[in-house]
Amino acid sequence: MNLNAIQMILVVLVAFLAGMEGILDEFHFHQPVVACALIGLVTGQLVPCIILGGSLQMIALGWSNVGAAVAPDAALAAIASAIILVLGGQGRAGVSSAIAIAVPLAVAGLLLTILARTLATLIVHIMDRAAEEGSFAKIDMWQMIAIAMQGLRIAIPAALILAVGAGPVKAMLNAMPTWLTDGLSIGGGMVVAVGYAMVINMMATREVWPFFVLGFVLAAISELTLIALGGIGVAMALIYLNLSKMGGSGNGGGGSNTGDPVGDIIDKY
Amino acid sequence: MADQIKLTKSDRIHVWWRSTFLQGSWNYERMQNGGWAYSLIPALKKLYTTKEDRAAALKRHMEFFNTHPYVASPIIGVTMALEEERSNGAPIDDVTIQGVKVGMMGPLAGVGDPVFWFTAKPIIGALAASLALGGSIMGPILYFVVWNIIRMAFMWYTQELGYKAGSAITDDLSGGILQDITKGASILGMFILPALIERWVNVDFSPVKVSTIKQASGAYIDWNKLPAGAKGVKEALVQQKAGLSLDKYKVTTLQDNLNQLIPGLAALIITFLCMWLLKKKVSPIIIIFGLFAFGVIMHVLGVM
Repeated sequence: MNLNAIQMILVVLVAFLAGMEGILDEFHFHQPVVACALIGLVTGQLVPCIILGGSLQMIALGWSNVGAAVAPDAALAAIASAIILVLGGQGRAGVSSAIAIAVPLAVAGLLLTILARTLATLIVHIMDRAAEEGSFAKIDMWQMIAIAMQGLRIAIPAALILAVGAGPVKAMLNAMPTWLTDGLSIGGGMVVAVGYAMVINMMATREVWPFFVLGFVLAAISELTLIALGGIGVAMALIYLNLSKMGGSGNGGGGSNTGDPVGDIIDKY
Repeated sequence: MADQIKLTKSDRIHVWWRSTFLQGSWNYERMQNGGWAYSLIPALKKLYTTKEDRAAALKRHMEFFNTHPYVASPIIGVTMALEEERSNGAPIDDVTIQGVKVGMMGPLAGVGDPVFWFTAKPIIGALAASLALGGSIMGPILYFVVWNIIRMAFMWYTQELGYKAGSAITDDLSGGILQDITKGASILGMFILPALIERWVNVDFSPVKVSTIKQASGAYIDWNKLPAGAKGVKEALVQQKAGLSLDKYKVTTLQDNLNQLIPGLAALIITFLCMWLLKKKVSPIIIIFGLFAFGVIMHVLGVM
């Protein structure tokens, strides 16, 4: 599908926003479910892009920048793969190849992120000098320049894909054999697990593992929606916190008696 | 002391808005320092008027700072309170202010990461993504609206809390509240994550047929004996509803067997494998590529 000039400008603008958010992590324009929908909105390919966004969001759920660590770049993956999906013009059918393209892009984005954060070191040195002059305006300006640089980190690759144009993108997508795209989408179904594994490794303690077991068993009941499960989870957390304060015997001694709190909850009913 | 300078609500709203851009100049040397100074500018502008005071204030806020971007808000609140006292003549030196910042950023980051990144984001994200997979615009809208309402409200109220409590907040932080929040979020997260794993990690061994059994007559729909035309279609539907199988042969796949043990077992095993590899310091990128390669190979072999 060919885009007109206005659409192209809007796509680059959305890419810029996503790039900014990739570092700010506030409005979350860079989260695939939002970013892909925005690309879909400005190109008129809303539904396939929303589906792509949903799939990528599942993969990227556990990706987050903790401390100085940098996660795979959801922003570049979402924006670039959505543009490729739109240019390829295959609609819904193109979603699985777009996902397959997205993940290597997320890794490539990682390098751009590291580059941008290193360049930002130069910028804060300029800000240091502005601070010595006591100049608020200069600090403001350089903060904006730093953010704009992060925006360009995604906007430039997006513009490059647009410059390549629909023809070559289509040719590339058609050149991918079906065994490869099918296999990659099967792999994509499993890749989701990596994000969850990262999160679990961060949170798991012996004290909270029983809740993992409960969650896994209850999830088999398909009538329980995520919101319902969330309700159960909140209630259990509150009950557990209250009970662990009431317990006269141990002063918070988690670890050894992990089975007990659950037993306590059951006794309460 | 008649001419005390006080920060107005409007100043605090400006600081709150600017704190949205806290990570804009994130860098490997002092991390969020530039954004931190940028956020405080409306307050510093009000409190200090001479060039020397302003330069000194900016310099002390260009020091190293890094925490979770949302829980920086209570620290900003406290810092504003301290700067306000200082500009009105209270004996608060640079070391005190830097001490409060550093003292709060560690424990608060320890709360912000599990609450926002490991609990709220996976839950809201999965909810929105499951809507989006069906092509519904509600997915992205829900994610964007819910996330930003939570974030903006949290940042404003905790910033106000920090500003009003001032340095006294450090006493509260040592108490059990932070631990309770962290633990509560971990419990909720650990409870929801396996549900997400079970429902959204797709490991499907359907192509592998474990057994093919010819069924007893009467257990399947005998297509040759159905009346012709629409009547036949109706009869077939009725029979299927009565529990009759569509085919003469009952095919049991490896996936069926696994599902009988407990749904999502294969997904869980993959997740545990990933956790183990991550603990062995294997890069997540390598694992992701490995899983893609595994998927392609298994598909070509006809297992998945």
